[in-house]
Amino acid sequence: MTTLVETETLDLAARFPGSAAADTRPGYSDWIVNKDKLVEVATTLRDEFGYDLLSHVTGVDYFPDKMEVVYEAFKTTGGPGVLFKVQVPRVDPIEVPSVTPIWPGAEFQEREIWDLYGIKFTNHPDLRRILMWEGFEGHPLRKDWHEPFYEEDFKPLKSRWPDGKYVSSEDKNPYKDNLQFPQNFDPEKVKIDGEAPLYDTLQKYTTVDGGIKTDHIIVNMGPQHPSTHGVFRAAVVLDGETIVSLKPVMGYLHRNHEKIGERNTFLQNMPYTDRLDYFNSMSNNWGYSLAVEKLMNIKVAERAEYLRVIMAELSRIQNHLILIGMLLNDLGAYFTPALYAFEERELILDIFEATSGTRMMCNYHRFGGVSRDLPEGVLEKIRGLVEDRLPRKADEFDRLLTENEIFISRMKGVKVMDAEDAVKYSITGPVLRAAGVPYDVRRAQPYGIYDRFDFDVALRHNGDLYDNYLIRLDEIRQSIRILQQAVKQMPEGPINSQKPQYQVRVPAGEAYGRIEAPKGELGYYVISTGKPNPWRYHVRAPSFINITALEKMCVGKKIADFVVILGVLDIVLGELDR
Amino acid sequence: MYGKGIIKGLGVTLKRFADTYLDDIQWWGRRYYKAEGIAHRSSKDTRGVFTVQYPEEKLPVPEEFRYVPFLVYDDGTDGGKEVRCTSCGICAKVCPPQCIWIVRSNDPQTGRPIPEPTEFFIDADICMNCGFCAEYCPFDAIIMDHDYEIASYQRNVFNMQQLLKPASYYKSIRPLNYQRNDEERRAKEAAKAAKAGAAS
Repeated sequence: MTTLVETETLDLAARFPGSAAADTRPGYSDWIVNKDKLVEVATTLRDEFGYDLLSHVTGVDYFPDKMEVVYEAFKTTGGPGVLFKVQVPRVDPIEVPSVTPIWPGAEFQEREIWDLYGIKFTNHPDLRRILMWEGFEGHPLRKDWHEPFYEEDFKPLKSRWPDGKYVSSEDKNPYKDNLQFPQNFDPEKVKIDGEAPLYDTLQKYTTVDGGIKTDHIIVNMGPQHPSTHGVFRAAVVLDGETIVSLKPVMGYLHRNHEKIGERNTFLQNMPYTDRLDYFNSMSNNWGYSLAVEKLMNIKVAERAEYLRVIMAELSRIQNHLILIGMLLNDLGAYFTPALYAFEERELILDIFEATSGTRMMCNYHRFGGVSRDLPEGVLEKIRGLVEDRLPRKADEFDRLLTENEIFISRMKGVKVMDAEDAVKYSITGPVLRAAGVPYDVRRAQPYGIYDRFDFDVALRHNGDLYDNYLIRLDEIRQSIRILQQAVKQMPEGPINSQKPQYQVRVPAGEAYGRIEAPKGELGYYVISTGKPNPWRYHVRAPSFINITALEKMCVGKKIADFVVILGVLDIVLGELDR
Repeated sequence: MYGKGIIKGLGVTLKRFADTYLDDIQWWGRRYYKAEGIAHRSSKDTRGVFTVQYPEEKLPVPEEFRYVPFLVYDDGTDGGKEVRCTSCGICAKVCPPQCIWIVRSNDPQTGRPIPEPTEFFIDADICMNCGFCAEYCPFDAIIMDHDYEIASYQRNVFNMQQLLKPASYYKSIRPLNYQRNDEERRAKEAAKAAKAGAAS
């Protein structure tokens, strides 16, 4: 086991005198960059300092005077990242240069910031709304924007206690519904064609060949399509069966998770994180508790660290099992592999249920530890699974699929992404590793107690669909290895280093907690002002950022490959739309 | 040989098919509709299909299982209900979707608050079953239920009458938790009595 050490000290202020300065606000760190120099600084960071992977871009609304755009980039060779911010006055139009030409992975994230914060990115190739629809009034993450059921800025709401007469939320809205119209809105007069800007961005063609005129055809895959595993839509231009151009459309499941998170207290956000990637609530909890524990500067109880690893790795195994099963379902093998995959998942969910109380919405982590210890007999069950049942399962899947000729001819050689593009597009997780980049947060910047375990970062080199399938089996085997060690080493002791308290005190500052979730790097960027509620709560959702390169992955392939590519990308709409 | 992989894969499905019947024979008469059969089918040693035929069969829920909460009352000496809730409001404050509404009682003479709720609502349609209310209640007055079959055609807004359940029910669904809480309460009361005795 080697831990990577930062060899070069990064001093942006010395490199760019006058246009980069250290962020000196209490609890904050790293750099504030002048807006005009942003592109230059970003290029330097990527090319000279080697920060090739842009992890996340997000906005912060420091109501009432300024807006901030926060960037964080990492090296794919590992180590800590660099955080840099651009501050702009909060007067419309707010403009910041786009970093999409430098890191194409920023494209959707900048669209999201434009959508939710109203910050315009100059030089962005396709700046449209992404989660809300065209014609939506306002930018919902701004602090002065209020939702239809708005009561107060922060929970707990005063109407609940001590005089909490029940009123249903709908009754408080004049439309008795979850509806809100801008002032002086007249539906008769307004005509919005939300689809036109989308279709305008698609590349179209008309060819005349031997007197026969060939025209393009636009196909909408979804929003209701079985391959998308939710409500996701892709507008595709086809030439025969070949994809010429593709634009994903999302936001059908958007609930403004981040706005809800800013209304909640710190603890109240915990069960909400379950609902992002609803297959892996155990790992979702972890990212968030890491960020808040960093802010609170507390240590996690020893036994709880082990419990966290056990639960997160079990969660990874069942996620990958489902992925393989449902992928085969998409490929036309119908339900046999899917239901074979569900069996072991069932046994794993039984463990989650016995420990945390719920099968999927576990809400298991608390700041400083976990909520419940393992009940009697559950450790035996886990031991039985990881020593016996799960290794057998991985082998069974190997026999069932890995050598199947039909499967191979369908999967092999259909390239999803090569390594260079995958890094450019900020892709993380198994898809990046299948392309040949050994980047795993558990190794690149170990969190929890991952530095104590002996395991390999699963790696494949071709980046085709078949490798994307194989790497999932590899990861299942590595997770089993980690689990076997964790179950053996687990100590006795308390499960939380803190006293149970329903309102935690979090000092002012910012923190980014990231973990290697089964789908990629899952991070939470949390800003506290010292009050009971976070000022900013941002989720770096791997599903959302991995989908940025969807067009790049699909162009030139058959329309049937789109279904499989979406399958191996492993998106979950609860996390993608947030 | 082309097709070897397919045959290998089909071998797995064939084995599954055989396993299901072998397990049926091995557990003849005990595999279905019996508690031990259900326990066998959810253990790591089960082979073949292990579907549980809901609603004819039901998986037993573990003690920690949580669903929409209820309020606990103890049986009073005069046969009345002694509600444990003191309307301190911690559950309403910690509730993430804010689905708990509590009306605190006031003494009719002095107008000062007394530790007893006049009304208690839980909007079960909004409740996300996170279990925070039960976890942070200092009096063990609100407990997560095990009854998950509450689908209905109306909105499920429960008032205090619908929410109240006896402590014996709490004991029956969560024996270990009940025992632990009971011991804590006794220890606290004993400490209080000792302190009062020392003071007088």
